[in-house]
Amino acid sequence: MMMNNTLRDQCNLLPGSKITGKWNKNTYTIIKELGQGANGIVYLAESNNKRAALKISDNGVSIISEMNILKAFSKVQGSALGPSLLEADDWVKNKSILSFYAMEYIIGDGFLEFIHRKGPSWTGVLMLQLLTSLVSLHKQGWVFGDLKPENLIVTMPSCTIRCIDVGGTTLIGRSIKEFTEFFDRGYWGLGSRSAEPSYDLFAVAMIFINAYYPVRFSKNGDGYKQLVEMIKQKKELVPYRAFLQKALSGAYNSAEEMRSDLVEILQNQRKQPAAQTPSPQKAPVTRTRKHTKKRGRVQRRRGGLIETMLLVSIVCFLYVLYIYGQFL
Amino acid sequence: MKPGTLRQILLLTDGCSNQGTDPAFMAARAHEQGITVNVIGVMENDVIDEKGMNEIQSIARSGGGASQIVYTQQLSQTVQMVTRKAMTQTIQGVINRELQQILGDSTTMEDLPPDKRGEVMEVVDELGETSKLEVLILVDTSASMKHKLEIVKDSLLDLSLSMNARQGDNQFSVFTFPGKKYDVEKLVDWTPKLEVLTKIFPKLTTGGITPTGPAIEEAVAYFNKKRSLRGLLSNDDEQYFEGSM
Repeated sequence: MMMNNTLRDQCNLLPGSKITGKWNKNTYTIIKELGQGANGIVYLAESNNKRAALKISDNGVSIISEMNILKAFSKVQGSALGPSLLEADDWVKNKSILSFYAMEYIIGDGFLEFIHRKGPSWTGVLMLQLLTSLVSLHKQGWVFGDLKPENLIVTMPSCTIRCIDVGGTTLIGRSIKEFTEFFDRGYWGLGSRSAEPSYDLFAVAMIFINAYYPVRFSKNGDGYKQLVEMIKQKKELVPYRAFLQKALSGAYNSAEEMRSDLVEILQNQRKQPAAQTPSPQKAPVTRTRKHTKKRGRVQRRRGGLIETMLLVSIVCFLYVLYIYGQFL
Repeated sequence: MKPGTLRQILLLTDGCSNQGTDPAFMAARAHEQGITVNVIGVMENDVIDEKGMNEIQSIARSGGGASQIVYTQQLSQTVQMVTRKAMTQTIQGVINRELQQILGDSTTMEDLPPDKRGEVMEVVDELGETSKLEVLILVDTSASMKHKLEIVKDSLLDLSLSMNARQGDNQFSVFTFPGKKYDVEKLVDWTPKLEVLTKIFPKLTTGGITPTGPAIEEAVAYFNKKRSLRGLLSNDDEQYFEGSM
């Protein structure tokens, strides 16, 4: 919507076009266009036989802000948050300056595409990964901000979730600048637009809902009531109901807290794959907790059994070897 | 740098002015006095004609602000984006002027290497977050706007939500034009939160003419009145004057 056509006119780069940076003098050969964000176009490009994604924009400010964020992320070790930054530079084209940065090229499916292909039952596991990433992001003092399926990629073959487009990332305590209404708690009347961990956690709950309701709906009266009703109406979402409601109402203070509740729900599901959805009147969270404890013990016992079997078979194998040696 | 006050006029309209002085001229005068003028053209099923579009662009350009033409469904997001964009523009203008003083004549942010620019950008962000913001909202209530007013109201509530998440103080006031008796009418006096709109807005009546120029003139006068009043109380009312961009 805010994307102006001037950028399209200025930078409709065809495969094979070459871009050289004004400052670092690296040359990139465009391979293809990957997509268009809120403020810029992303291309797949090659430089020195290495592939990279290039984000080009006529809005130098947003490019520099994103560069700052990616730089801050690169200081976080082993982070799966944003793509890693390679360099930032300017491209002078017919006297006008287009700013760009080069980043790691992440290959994979968009989140919703992946869910569409593999089924929404994957949502739980992927959100678990996302929450793990958010734990470390929040620890570094940042909030992702514009968290939505379009900004998530599931990489293959490991099926890990990665965030792209870090334009909305904001220091905790400041105000959220970029957001998408469906995933914004302010839009639903369920909180402020100040950057705090619970802002991201609300968006995670909405991604969950979006996975089961591929067509996004708009607000109609009381936001909370409407969302709770939507959750109730999808049978598959009922096991997550208490968990989602907590995230929607801002009751989770940290991503860890939300993550551990999700772990319990998923374990409970695996334990009883055929189990029917629990009756919503009772508090499912406390029940799952009990289940987990019991399950933990069962697992340990089973683990011990496997260990014994393994030991016995190794001893047998060695004995057979010994006997065989004796025969020779 | 100490955060100062950012002053903006936000004009919400759906077409061309048809009475009084040229709005672009009034916008230029506002800009001279350190007030940025932003314009949002609101469409529904209708389309804004070329004449209207040109006017919207020229008001924003001479007012040193940003403009955007949108369908009503996207209004909320646009209002806050345009406001923020203009804030950043103003702050950058101030910073560019400082840079010119330090580094010599024609240096702007764009002339710095990306890393240095990144450091300057952090200052811009910081100022955008902590500056005081005063937005005077001018709502066109000519007949064609009638069924868009509900969405305009929602988008203004949304703007107040967005801006109040910032660390700096905010002041909003709302004027409508044409008014019952005069060209312009004050609807909401300076207030940090716009919740009052919920009660007042549905009662608005719409009129026939669109005196955009006089409306901007009145808005500037209102800003100046506020400034002189506050000037009597304290002398620390610092504000940004944007340098050449």
